[in-house]
Formats: sequence, C-alpha cells, structure tokens
Amino acid sequence: MIVEILISAFLVIAGIFGIVGSLGMIKLQETMQRLHAPTKATTLGVGGVLIASMLYFGLVKGEFSFHELMITLFLFITAPISANFIAKTFMQANMRAKDLPPSQSEYGWSVYVDPPKREAPEGE
Amino acid sequence: MITSALIFAFGCFGLGLLLNLWRIATGPDSADRILALDTMVINIIALLILYGIWQGTAVYYEASMLVAMVGFVSTVAYCRFVLRGDIIE
Repeated sequence: MIVEILISAFLVIAGIFGIVGSLGMIKLQETMQRLHAPTKATTLGVGGVLIASMLYFGLVKGEFSFHELMITLFLFITAPISANFIAKTFMQANMRAKDLPPSQSEYGWSVYVDPPKREAPEGE
Repeated sequence: MITSALIFAFGCFGLGLLLNLWRIATGPDSADRILALDTMVINIIALLILYGIWQGTAVYYEASMLVAMVGFVSTVAYCRFVLRGDIIE
C-alpha cells in the first residue's frame, strides 16, 4: 500500500512538472526565457517517471535494475550541451558581436569569430 | 491507484507534446523550433517509460535510451547546421 502511494506520488509529480515545462514553452515571451522550460521537463519530469519505474519494477515486480539511472545520467549530461547550442543559434541569428561584453581573451566570441588557425606540427 | 496515476501522467505528457507542437508551428525563430523539438524528444522518452510501466515489461528502456541518443544527436546536428552551414567541418 505504501509502495503504491509512493509510486503514484512520483508519477503525479512527474506529470505536473512535465506539463509545467511544456506550458512554459507557450507562456514565456522571449526565446532565452523559453530555454528554462525543457530543463524542468528533463530534470524533474523524466527523473520522476524514472524513479517511479525503478520503484515499480523493484518493489512490485521484484526485478530490480539500474537501467533507468543510465537514462537519467545521459539526459543530465546532454541537456546543458544542447541548451548551449540552442543559445548559440539564437545569438547568431539575433545578436551582434558589438552588443556583447569583450571576451577578455586573445580571440573574440566563438559564435562570430572563426577558430584560430593551428600551427602545423613539427615534421610536416 | 497506480493505474489512475499512470493515466494522469500520460495525459500530462501528451498535452505537453501538443503544446510543443504549437511552439513548433508558431515559433518566430529557428532556435525556438529546435528547442521545441528537443522538449518533444524528452516528453516522448517519458511517454515510452510510462508505457513500459503500463505493460509491465522492461523492453522500453532500450527504446527510450535509443530515443534519448538520437534526440541529442539530432539537436546538435540541427544547431551546427544553422550555426556553421555544415555539420562536420
């Protein structure tokens, strides 16, 4: 009984966070604000579903496995990378290099400046 | 009770897919559309795992793992294409 309540609670929490994350895609005004929305859906929505499924298969079915943690780990690793790429895409389309603060390094921001040419290694 | 919670979660993530589809249709920018497609992939992963709980089989983990990998690679490829005009330079 307690196990059922726990699994149902995780499922309901995951569903609410999933719908909030997707509603944010509609509600928020700016593209950079909308970058927040899928982060919530990933972290708490999918995380809740995966915890619920781990509990269900471990405690109800009796076949415990850690496969789900692999999916969570993969999503946690890839979400910041794709968010960075989407932000770069937005910057390239809507912002210019002169609107940004200086990069405080030898080269400019990588979105606007081509990567520096590497020196040919010795012996080539 | 688990069945009712599963139906609730199915409804939430399905409605989320429809909202993402709206953003893909009306998004003013290509960054919005890539973002909506990325969120759609995440919602589909959640739906697949929910379906696995519903059916009581562990087969759908492999499917959701594959969907996660393909979704990440397609997001990065689309962004690279918009950014540089080429995927692998």
